[in-house]
Amino acid sequence: MPAIEILGLEKIYSVGFWRKRPKRALHPLELTVEDGEIFGFLGPNGAGKTTTLKLLMGLVFPTAGSARILGREWTDPSVKAQIGFLPEQPYFYDYLTAHELLEYYGQLSGVPGKHRKQRVEQVLQQVGLRGVQGVQLRKFSKGMLQRVGIGQAILHQPKLVFFDEPMSGLDPMGRREVRDLMEQLKHEGKTVFFSTHILSDAETLCDRVAIIHQGELRGVGAVEDLTSSVQGKVEVIWQGTQVPASIKALGAECHVTADRVRAIVAENQQDAVIDILRRERQRLIAITPVRTSLEAYFVEKLRRAETTAGSTV
Amino acid sequence: MRTRVAHIASNTFREAVRDRVLYNLIAFALLLSGAAILVGQISIEIEKLVVINLGLTAVSLFGVVIAIFIGIGLVSKEIEKRTLYTVLSRPVRRWEFIVGKFFGLAGTLVVNTFFMAIGVFAALFYVSHKFVRADALILVALYFIVLEFLIVCSLALLFSSFSSPLLSAVFAFSLFVIGSFAEDLRNFAGMAHGLSHWLATGAAYLVPNFSAFNVITSIAHEQPVAGQLILQNTLYAVFYAAMALSGAVLIFEHRDLK
Ligand SMILES: Nc1ncnc2c1ncn2[C@@H]1O[C@H](COP(=O)(O)OP(=O)(O)OP(=O)(O)O)[C@@H](O)[C@H]1O
Ligand SMILES: [Mg+2]
Repeated sequence: MPAIEILGLEKIYSVGFWRKRPKRALHPLELTVEDGEIFGFLGPNGAGKTTTLKLLMGLVFPTAGSARILGREWTDPSVKAQIGFLPEQPYFYDYLTAHELLEYYGQLSGVPGKHRKQRVEQVLQQVGLRGVQGVQLRKFSKGMLQRVGIGQAILHQPKLVFFDEPMSGLDPMGRREVRDLMEQLKHEGKTVFFSTHILSDAETLCDRVAIIHQGELRGVGAVEDLTSSVQGKVEVIWQGTQVPASIKALGAECHVTADRVRAIVAENQQDAVIDILRRERQRLIAITPVRTSLEAYFVEKLRRAETTAGSTV
Repeated sequence: MRTRVAHIASNTFREAVRDRVLYNLIAFALLLSGAAILVGQISIEIEKLVVINLGLTAVSLFGVVIAIFIGIGLVSKEIEKRTLYTVLSRPVRRWEFIVGKFFGLAGTLVVNTFFMAIGVFAALFYVSHKFVRADALILVALYFIVLEFLIVCSLALLFSSFSSPLLSAVFAFSLFVIGSFAEDLRNFAGMAHGLSHWLATGAAYLVPNFSAFNVITSIAHEQPVAGQLILQNTLYAVFYAAMALSGAVLIFEHRDLK
């Protein structure tokens, strides 16, 4: 059973005060997240990531479509006891302390009274909030609020968590801790669905990712599959200070530093470059395949989207 | 479900207390003791009358102002600040949230009224040095005032579920003022003809009829309150508040959060 099945969820907002105009935030989205995976939901600003999460949480209502979460209709109230949600830039009742807030949320999520206090302590430890006893949330820094937000999402030990930009506002240590936490959740058999635009995080953490742009899904798959689909390149390094004209002619991207030249060429031109270097009696130092990053894939997807959008207008 | 409503209500109460809403009691105490001292110096005959009149009117006005000022923000502020996201993503239904908020605010007002009532009785004792049986009528007046608060709370919540705090305040205050003159409006409706008759009748029955809840003057003159009026007002307040709350729930159930 998949953890999340999004079946054509679509959202069109109406904007404007007097004359309402439709504003499409999400094209009908089809997406399945398997049980037990860490799934990254990637996209640039305004892509529709938050909109998708808000639809799934029932905070906004879809124009069309539906979803299933943990095998049940997404509007089914019993689903809510088994999911956790971290909103982007979370904000909480600022007259409460972190302990009081988590205690209250524990009550609402039905965490039994006798475990609650202990669980609250445990979660605060886990998200790295120590010595905040008696401090009202209005005095918390941005990163501390983010940690409270992560804490409240995992408080009731949900089977499935939704994080909207979990790394935002965190220091390097914090990011590290959140990455570890997500891996820990996966290890416990939980499913993690998170949105981000930090691609390196997605690359190291995710089993699979989806890329969304302008409210439309542009690609889904395992990180390795996506990145290998981008044409491979190799990096050739030799000793010297000049780039032979025939290599330039191949369209290589060259950088000269001190006594070395670094050229990046397409994989199928590798042999041609080596031949030229041999002929020119240059000393070859290294040839390494360039691992295309998720970023390259991402950028390419968005660029392609732009050009097709341009041609249809 | 009941426990979730109760948790939301108690958190609402806690918010009011931490926002120092109960500090209004200090202003109330100052006002009342000032008045008691002042009237204590003029006349023995009317001092009791003045203390009861002034005290109860102040209880009612302070409460209504609090009900409106908290009530108008109960829903819209939570949407604006997005504190609702992490509440509604839990097993909390939207109607439970509204009903919990209502009881939280109503509870705040009951507690507030309780302390103010102590103040009124203390002032009364200060000027007349004893209690008489007729003073129990003050309790009836206080009960009616609390019923009035329930209606105001529910209306403030209703407005808060679809409009901004400022507009909600304007609506709620207008309804409170018009409702206080509901009797006059009904009389006018009886005399008017044609379209204005129908408009006035419609308005007269739509606005909360607060005239029926105001027994301050009559009890100050030690006139008894009919048992039937107590029953009638109770039913009216419960019905009116329930309707307004249902309206708030209906609107809120279908609302996209910002
Ligand atoms: N309440 C709203 N009313 C109208 N339009 C909205 C509303 N909320 C979002 N949008 C629009 O929907 C689109 C998607 O927004 P969304 O917040 O989902 O983006 P996002 O992917 O989360 O971006 P970011 O990375 O900046 O958080 C944007 O064009 C935005 O302007
Ligand atoms: Mg977002």
